[in-house]
Amino acid sequence: MSTTTVETSAATTGPGTPAAPPRRTRRRGENTPLGSLVSHGVLTVASLIALFPIAWLVFLSLGPDKDDYLHPGGIWRKMTFANYSFVLQHTEFFDWLKSSLIVSLGTTVIGVLIAATTGYAVSRMRFPGYRKFMWVLLVTQMFPVAVLMVPMYQILSDLQLVDSYLGLVLVYCTTAVPYCAWLLKGYFDTIPFEIDEAGRVDGLSPFGTFARLILPLARPGLAVAAFYSFLTAFGEVAFASTFMLSDTKYTFAVGLQTFVSEHDAQRNLMAATAVLIAIPVSAFFYLVQKNLVTGLTAGGTKG
Amino acid sequence: MTVAIDRATGKRHGDRAPRPGLGHRLRRGYQKHWYAYAMITPVAVVLGVLVLYPLLYGLYLTLTDANSLNTARTIGVNHIDATYKFIGLDNYKDILFGATAYDRFWSHFIWTIAWTAICVALHYTIGLGLALLLNQKLRGRTVYRLVLILPWAVPTFVTVFGWRFMLADGGVLNSVLHALHLPSPNWLEDTFWQRFAAIMVNTWCGVPFMMVSLLGGLQSIDASLYEAAEMDGATAWQRFRHVTVPGLRPVGSTVVLLGIIWTFNQFAVIFLLFGNTAPDAQILVTWAYYLGFGQQPRDFAQSAAYGILLLAILIVFTSFYRRWLNRNDQQLAI
Repeated sequence: MSTTTVETSAATTGPGTPAAPPRRTRRRGENTPLGSLVSHGVLTVASLIALFPIAWLVFLSLGPDKDDYLHPGGIWRKMTFANYSFVLQHTEFFDWLKSSLIVSLGTTVIGVLIAATTGYAVSRMRFPGYRKFMWVLLVTQMFPVAVLMVPMYQILSDLQLVDSYLGLVLVYCTTAVPYCAWLLKGYFDTIPFEIDEAGRVDGLSPFGTFARLILPLARPGLAVAAFYSFLTAFGEVAFASTFMLSDTKYTFAVGLQTFVSEHDAQRNLMAATAVLIAIPVSAFFYLVQKNLVTGLTAGGTKG
Repeated sequence: MTVAIDRATGKRHGDRAPRPGLGHRLRRGYQKHWYAYAMITPVAVVLGVLVLYPLLYGLYLTLTDANSLNTARTIGVNHIDATYKFIGLDNYKDILFGATAYDRFWSHFIWTIAWTAICVALHYTIGLGLALLLNQKLRGRTVYRLVLILPWAVPTFVTVFGWRFMLADGGVLNSVLHALHLPSPNWLEDTFWQRFAAIMVNTWCGVPFMMVSLLGGLQSIDASLYEAAEMDGATAWQRFRHVTVPGLRPVGSTVVLLGIIWTFNQFAVIFLLFGNTAPDAQILVTWAYYLGFGQQPRDFAQSAAYGILLLAILIVFTSFYRRWLNRNDQQLAI
């Protein structure tokens, strides 16, 4: 990636030596051919590593026998979608889908609704206790599952909320709400303060400013927060496997797990289920990933 | 009411000569900030009810000998009252200094620290390397970027199952190693290889987040800084050392902290990769889960005590980290 500078070329072309062949000057950010070859090489290898486990899972899901993963060469000859039709027709797949959606969407809606005003308040207002509040939000981010799991299990069982969707939603809100507030604070920070000032001068109350001016502007940020809490709730394992007891209420994360232990031999079906879950989620992820990245780094890049 | 935005922070108090009475000050503070408090109330309530109360309850549990045999429970129509009793700090004493403290706590503690350090170091270096490559003018870099964030797009519990296929005895990884005449380890059975596999899988899962965040950080560095450095004859390494590294600091210090917290608490990868079959590869979080929910009788008190210890470790670490950043004149960006 070296670019020749005036000094170095002057040094090499001393008196008596033949003048160095004129080099094409490169613009900044452009690469030498060797450099770009290396870059492409490294990126290709990294892409293959990123792609392979998923591609492999998809490939294995096409093999009809439970032990096909041990001799994958045979799959080419007998590829079939039989696993998929079996999973869709003869398992609790749609129950799990329903639970996953209820829990994830519930968390998303509650999380974002509650977090939005807080994100705005910590972005714009410097009230006494502001720093402490931010610190609390950060600390709740680092709660290990184990800290809350035992007491929450006790509390939920006292309230008869074990094995209920509401219980799980409430549990997920403990992680979703503080994180959404952080995320949204970062996003609100990128909206110019002058907009608030203009709104205030025009006679809007702080709440009016927030609801009428800032919320519509923050729609991408809200989408990111929603998406993030959805994914977090969708992929959570520990609470879901402890708090959901009846197998029709399992979320995917738990459902897939029981698949292995109960029908240990039927790994082909499990692979098919995994693919069925992964494909729509990844598609959804790719639709919004650009915004997700902006949202995640909005607070960060401002420094 | 004053204007909602008071950006000049910390200058509010100095000027007034006679300090007004407490009641007056409270009233003024209320008038000035009531909408701020109103806006944070929902979250404060949620955190209070859903986080603080369970936390205090958990703290209380750690001072008892509660397990699934002596807590209140309902079997059929019979309700059995709780019979556990208060035992003070005995749980902590037992965990930290008891007869088998090393086997249960300290060995897991050491492994957890090593796990966190290795994973975050790998996440960061690989993520930074890929971000630097993607930040060049390169044909097809959008495609590379989209492929490289795939591990992030797929839910962890799905990818971990995919990895289990690959790591299994006779799975594709060992077949390839065998074909290359390399030893094929028992990924899911030997302690060392279990740990190796866990780090490998977690690295695979965690790199995209680092890569994307650092890419965002790289793109936010002012291009004119690079031009100026080049004018002054800085080599590529010097530009990296003196422009890129300082420019990445706000984002870098934030994602490293988040990465440490997330990795330290990483439950899904180890739990799903090994279940209960790998006592020595458990990190503290999965070990605490095992104590509370993976065995019979469930030891609620010890599990909660582990949780409190974990939280204490993280809080202490974060405070030092923040102080260290402040001393070096860097800010945590989040």
